[in-house]
Amino acid sequence: MVPAWLFWILAVVAVGAALTVVLQRDVFRAALFLVLCFLTIAGLYVTLNADFLAAAQVLIYVGAISVLLIFAIMLTRGVQRGSPFSRLKFPALIICGLALAALVSVFVTTNWGAAPLGVTVPVGDPTAPAIGSTIFHREYGFILPFEIAGILLLAAIIGAIVLVREK
Amino acid sequence: MVIGVEHYLVLSALLFCIGLYGALAKRNVVVILMCIELMLNGANLALVAFSRYLAPEVVLLSGHIFVIFVMVVAAAEVAVGLAIIITLYRSREHIDVEKADTMKG
Repeated sequence: MVPAWLFWILAVVAVGAALTVVLQRDVFRAALFLVLCFLTIAGLYVTLNADFLAAAQVLIYVGAISVLLIFAIMLTRGVQRGSPFSRLKFPALIICGLALAALVSVFVTTNWGAAPLGVTVPVGDPTAPAIGSTIFHREYGFILPFEIAGILLLAAIIGAIVLVREK
Repeated sequence: MVIGVEHYLVLSALLFCIGLYGALAKRNVVVILMCIELMLNGANLALVAFSRYLAPEVVLLSGHIFVIFVMVVAAAEVAVGLAIIITLYRSREHIDVEKADTMKG
């Protein structure tokens, strides 16, 4: 069983870092707090018995995506005058408050118990080998999405190269 | 107090709404991209929480595989987003969404 204090520490740090990303005026500091938020979410994955996803979160989000975002900040350094709010500052606040209230009321009042349909592993076991065999499972497999993901990555790489190529 | 699925779901809703607020209310394209990543992470957290707490003492792996696909899409999105930001900066010398309104009717 996951100790409650671990969840609360990770949750408070994650929400604090996310709020700092939005409210921080310096874009580079916002990116660093985004990295902190990604790391705490990797910790939350560990508390949820998702060891492979925690490793993938650190490798992909902390290692790759945040580096790309910092590249974007550095390459547009000439115009960085903080990150101001747009005209939608207060309407967006109302919309997001309403969305949060609706989501939380649904999450708290619904009974989420159900019979799992698919491959399961006992709590405490490593998930990586089971994930590998589940993607190619005969009955519950994800073979077509797996192929489409490969094509999507190839298309994204080619698209990015074509977009930034010097004419 | 025992931590249940509701705790993780409320946390994921908080992360999603913070990201939504940033994506709607910010002017810098890079910050909007960061906030979209926050929203994707909130959704991922909900998926992993469901796969852990749907049935007691087992982990359902479908949620984990969905999260892997979301990560693939997020990586592709950031790569294309970076290319669009660089193209916008080259042609316009700014990355402000309020000034990029050529196609506004």
